[in-house]
Amino acid sequence: MRFILAGQPNSGKSTIFNSIAGYRAATANFPGSSISFTFSRALILGREVEVVDLPGIYSLTSSTQDSGKAEGYLLEEPYDLIINVVDASRLGRSLELTMQLLELERPMIVALNMMDEAARGGIEVDHEELSRQIGVPVVLTVGRRGLGLKELFRRALQHAHQGEESFALTLDREVEEALEEVGAFLETTGIGNSVPRRFVAEKLLERDPHFEREIYDQHPELKKQVRGVAAVLQKAHGWSADQVISGSRHAVAHCIEEEAVTLERPQIGWREWADRVFLHPWTGGPVMVAILGLLFWVVFRVGQRLEMPLIELTDRLAAALAEKLPPETLLGTLAGGALTGIAGGVAIVLPYLLPFLIGLAILEDSGYLPRMAYILDNFMHRIGLHGKSVLPLILGYGCSVPAIMSARILPSLRDRRITAVLASFIPCSARTIVIFGLVAAYMGPWWALGIYLLNLLIVVVLGNVLARTMKGASPGLILEIPELQLPQMKTLAAKTWLTLKEFITIAWPLLVASSVVLGLLEWADAAATINAMLAPLTVVLLGLPVAVGMTLVFGILRKELTLVMLVQALGTTHLSAVMTEGQMLTFTLFVVFYVPCVATVAVMAKELGWRDTAVISAFSVLLAVVIGIAGRFGYALLS
Amino acid sequence: MMALDTVDVKRKVRVMMIDGGHRVRAHLNTLGIHIGDWLTVVERAPFRGPVLVEINGTRLALGRGIAAKIRVEMDGALQPLVQSQPEAETEQR
Repeated sequence: MRFILAGQPNSGKSTIFNSIAGYRAATANFPGSSISFTFSRALILGREVEVVDLPGIYSLTSSTQDSGKAEGYLLEEPYDLIINVVDASRLGRSLELTMQLLELERPMIVALNMMDEAARGGIEVDHEELSRQIGVPVVLTVGRRGLGLKELFRRALQHAHQGEESFALTLDREVEEALEEVGAFLETTGIGNSVPRRFVAEKLLERDPHFEREIYDQHPELKKQVRGVAAVLQKAHGWSADQVISGSRHAVAHCIEEEAVTLERPQIGWREWADRVFLHPWTGGPVMVAILGLLFWVVFRVGQRLEMPLIELTDRLAAALAEKLPPETLLGTLAGGALTGIAGGVAIVLPYLLPFLIGLAILEDSGYLPRMAYILDNFMHRIGLHGKSVLPLILGYGCSVPAIMSARILPSLRDRRITAVLASFIPCSARTIVIFGLVAAYMGPWWALGIYLLNLLIVVVLGNVLARTMKGASPGLILEIPELQLPQMKTLAAKTWLTLKEFITIAWPLLVASSVVLGLLEWADAAATINAMLAPLTVVLLGLPVAVGMTLVFGILRKELTLVMLVQALGTTHLSAVMTEGQMLTFTLFVVFYVPCVATVAVMAKELGWRDTAVISAFSVLLAVVIGIAGRFGYALLS
Repeated sequence: MMALDTVDVKRKVRVMMIDGGHRVRAHLNTLGIHIGDWLTVVERAPFRGPVLVEINGTRLALGRGIAAKIRVEMDGALQPLVQSQPEAETEQR
């Protein structure tokens, strides 16, 4: 049995999905945070059910590429039931999608979600009345707190068994007549025997590009007939057919809303007050800077506190190991390498990664990100993008892979490409670890902040250049600002764990293995050869110790490897003894900018194509060399 | 009739027509902005930043470019809707 979760962006589909499937789908209080389909098997009342979480769609009109995909899935794939997740606080608008889903004529039930938010807004929904109006069962839920979900899936299972199909609601008389007319044309050509004919007729009248292509390619004679009907509709109303249909749907949805909803005075709570500060023309900007500054400061302080004792501990362990197994022997080399890898993960990576991930999760979950998009829209226009690009760029500080993927929420191809490129240049958490573990720890937090600002400046310049060279204009910002939420411990923990798990299961073993390999290479004197080959870059251009060469090679696998490898290659955790501050700065700058890691290259190739990815990677190395050299001589001049 | 980006904060206005292509209009429609709807301007970001509007309890951020395409009427001065609609059509197809 297969259930589909469908609903508008930010209606809480992924939250409901996660509650039955365990934390698998990334959730954020930002419209459109699910960008791909997520599947899961779950046991509901002893029956195995496959649940599919579709990306949020505002309507079944393929205005952007991605909603086209969800639409295609709903129409063509086999499934037993649609669970339409509806945000109760935006009932009227959500019902317009519900009405379109009803037209698919499949079994369906409605999860009336976010009832708590609706109650705060003074909205009371009579779900029985709603159910009567739309002809399918309605279940009240609060996904974030897990209320009503058991009942939802019980009803879903029951309804799927009955297999009772939904039916379309009646629109304006003229619209219905037009639909019937087009339906008759379709019937003569045999279209609509497998898919609901009324739905296809509606799509053709709306001039949906996807359906027009599919159908007119096979039956070009239909085009004239359908356009004729559309012209009659347009003449009668003075609007184009798609507006007439959408207007009529809006009217019907509005009527249903009026029947089912009683409005009371909305409560003005802390959310309203917080928003007045966050979005105020004078305070919005400074507050944002303060929030980001606080995040930076907390990560630094907490990381530092945790790092010091951990490094001492691992140092003692390493010394004890060296006594038992001298590093000259093969076994000693292997054990020493493995220990460095494990210790690097515990002592250098985790202290900064953990607070950083929690901070990012709070920003995502609270709904502050769309507010940042609003405040930064103006600034983003200077780079030739608009506010929506803020999400991928902020996510880029976590990991470049989801950041590049999330660029898909942007409606225009041009914006998507520019944003994806820029996101790859944002220092991800792995690069953050190098910045914090090396520059902040040894040179002080202001130098680290300086690196972030320099990086931001370069991203802005790069964005400007790209925006000028790539054709087309940015269509402008249209973004829903969801209500603020208090981040919930459960979600924060789950979200942090999701990323942390990836580090522990993928990056850490890689770290240990690379550490051992590096140890072996050194033992066999092969590292020296590779280091010598890289010496023109590392020693001549950047003025770094020759042993650094290998670490940069490993850094292509994962950026945090460079720091741990550095410890291994230089043979000490007290890096200040073997590197000058200028060298640390140069090294970090180079690591921040040169080729993104393997995983990022792979996802970039998928989104942008291999040719562009190769160009960007080559460019990033060049940029890293230039900035590294600038850092080297800049620091020499300053000190 | 005036463009939405020129409306002052806290004013309630009625949407009279939406310029711009099919996509922008469809996107606005699905987010709940239709011709004839009432909306309130909640906040205007400085330096030609976006406009924050509230419609049926939902808050939307609209870039100035988009807001300029939405023509609205202040409360009180109500024109019959029908008159403005043929105009809205000519720009399109």
